[in-house]
Amino acid sequence: MRRLTKVVGAALLAVLIGAGQQGMGAQGAERTVRIVAKKFEYQPNLIKLKRGEPVVLQFVSADRLHGFSCPGLNIRATIEPGKATTVRVVPDKVGVFPFHCDLFCGEGHDEMTGNIAVSDEP
Amino acid sequence: MPKVNRRDFMRLMGLGTIGGAVFMSSGASAMPGKKETGDFYFLQLTDTHWGFSDPKVNPDFKGTLLKAVRQVNALKLQPDFIMFTGDLTHTTEDAAERKRRLLEFREVIKHLKVKRLMFIPGEHDASLDNGAVFKEVFGPTHYSFEHRGVHFLALDNVSDPSGSLGEAQLNWLGGELKKLDADARIVVFTHRPLFDLYPQWEWATPDGAKALELLAPFNNVTVFYGHIHQINAHVTGRIQHFSSKGLMYPLPAPGSQPKRAPVPWNPAIPYRGMGFRQVQTDLKDGEYVITETPLHRG
Repeated sequence: MRRLTKVVGAALLAVLIGAGQQGMGAQGAERTVRIVAKKFEYQPNLIKLKRGEPVVLQFVSADRLHGFSCPGLNIRATIEPGKATTVRVVPDKVGVFPFHCDLFCGEGHDEMTGNIAVSDEP
Repeated sequence: MPKVNRRDFMRLMGLGTIGGAVFMSSGASAMPGKKETGDFYFLQLTDTHWGFSDPKVNPDFKGTLLKAVRQVNALKLQPDFIMFTGDLTHTTEDAAERKRRLLEFREVIKHLKVKRLMFIPGEHDASLDNGAVFKEVFGPTHYSFEHRGVHFLALDNVSDPSGSLGEAQLNWLGGELKKLDADARIVVFTHRPLFDLYPQWEWATPDGAKALELLAPFNNVTVFYGHIHQINAHVTGRIQHFSSKGLMYPLPAPGSQPKRAPVPWNPAIPYRGMGFRQVQTDLKDGEYVITETPLHRG
């Protein structure tokens, strides 16, 4: 039982470490990009992706309910505190696509914006 | 004072002299058997943002609402009623402060001569607490009423922070519309546009298409909304949509710049882009005459 607890604990720690950085996610070779939403910004607010490359966007909130909407790439997520929300995307076009918080979150709500830059570069 | 009538609206919309722009039909104006019909006018005031305090955007942030009140009181003929279409106050995360701002707003508008005042919330008033404080001060956030044969529907597309109407309200709307015949004159008030004006700036209602689908069978539907702090005219099917200027600061044209941000104050043209709307029924010609009234500079 103690060994099982250790194994589970180690696995949980690995997930938490993985969630804190951009890198290979749990889904094989797919890259995970962690995006933190907080009043009133996204970190990062520039997300660089490659056309055709599957990526998992992992959203977490540092404070309250936020949204994520990138109409140009048809990405939408509700970001709840205490819960990671993941969205898998495969960008099919090159360009810079603005995103914003689409759940009104307070005085600086209008400032919660950013861009996804999709390139063809390797 | 620029006026928009049917001809202007058609020209504005590029519809020419024949086309889909439908103001109140002449047939609807007769309304046999209806009581208290006859021409009247009402005002739409919107986006007063009481509590806003950036002097670079509006150095008269404390006086602008009172200025509007005085200008309305100076109208020779007073309107039958005034509808405030949301963002009465500027947002705050402090619920006590939100209530204080709503109460202060109510105190200022008590100076209006017109005593029939109606309100719907904007996201600044209601999105952070799902409309709780707004309801406490002003009552329900969606409702209907009838005035001189016109059916008014006030909708709430802000208490849900996503800007949706929600299934419950859509069901209520469907029930209200079931009571009306196809030629009923219907005026809808909302804060956000019901159509996709510019979703990138949240100038849309995620489930607005469902409301428009419910309204589609009716021949005389006009929507008056706020939120975008500028005049905009649009047609979906047979439904006309008009946004009004606000009373704290103007916003840029949809998509005209990367970020939605208030247009800075121009000392050479103070109060530019602010004003309110008069809506006059014209039963003889079967249309509404809309007069956009700029806030006086003096």
